[in-house]
Amino acid sequence: MMIQVSVNNEIKSIAPATLLSDALQDWGYGDSKIAVAINQEFVPRSTYTERALSNNDQIDIVRPVGGG
Amino acid sequence: MSHATSTTPARDFTLYGETFSSRFLLGTALYSSPQLMRDSITQSRCEIVTLGLRRQNPANRDGDAIWQYIQESGCRLLPNTAGCKSVKEAVTLAEMSREIFNTDWIKLEVVGDDYNLQPDPFGLVEASDILIKKGFKVLPYCTDDLILCKRLLDVGCEVLMPWGAPIGTGQGLLNRYSLRSLRERIKDVPMIIDAGLGAPSQAAEAMEMGFDGILLNTAVAKAHNPPLMAEAFADAIDAGRKAFKAGLMQKRQTANPSTPTVGQPFWHQQ
Repeated sequence: MMIQVSVNNEIKSIAPATLLSDALQDWGYGDSKIAVAINQEFVPRSTYTERALSNNDQIDIVRPVGGG
Repeated sequence: MSHATSTTPARDFTLYGETFSSRFLLGTALYSSPQLMRDSITQSRCEIVTLGLRRQNPANRDGDAIWQYIQESGCRLLPNTAGCKSVKEAVTLAEMSREIFNTDWIKLEVVGDDYNLQPDPFGLVEASDILIKKGFKVLPYCTDDLILCKRLLDVGCEVLMPWGAPIGTGQGLLNRYSLRSLRERIKDVPMIIDAGLGAPSQAAEAMEMGFDGILLNTAVAKAHNPPLMAEAFADAIDAGRKAFKAGLMQKRQTANPSTPTVGQPFWHQQ
């Protein structure tokens, strides 16, 4: 049984209780300079290896861009 | 108009305890190439650049060159919360920025209206209060409303960034009366005119009025020659600052000859 999460507004299926660190690796963010929020709450990098993802989590992954 | 020369101290450009020699803060968006952005930063002589965070597909490496050049510039980073429409969004994005850019400085934007991207004054004060309590150094993008600015100071902001005009319009200083009043009423806090400027002459005017610095992006990035425009703004900001320190003359209603009238030739008593 898989669970579904939203990653930058795109639905992805993952195994239950997948760790955020493993999911980020699978999704191609392994070596990227990123920051993460889940359900609009900031998730510190130091907790990626402890944070298990839940069904319907809304995950935002951002990277640096030019800005004014 | 007497301007604020006699009442506003000509101080160093110090923001949250750091003193800068350049009073020009430059945005890093909208350039047609990363190289033009890099060259514009160089020609602007700026020491602070703004930047943002956005969702990006991991396979898309377009932002890498921009990020590399920004790092190489050695400028202090001022990440923004552009596009955030709620206190919650702005606070969360600020926390993400602090981690990724390793800075507690944040250009706080809380958008209140999609049409003119006008800051939401109520959300801005609330978000500033939350972020300052979390240890951030908040530089709020605000309107020229005096009471809003006072409330931002009340919650602990040490810098204010009132708009000249809505973002990206290039309209210049739309409300000179409000801006002059603001400068007159809040003398001891650094104020940076942020957004809406389109021409170096407008930046010079803001500096002549006694504002402490200028933050802009579009006017440089969308010029035909961005690095040259960056240099033009830098020169104008320097000129405006010098004029403010020198003290502008009082305007007069009637003409006054500058050449002495004593000894005027061809004059004969009738």
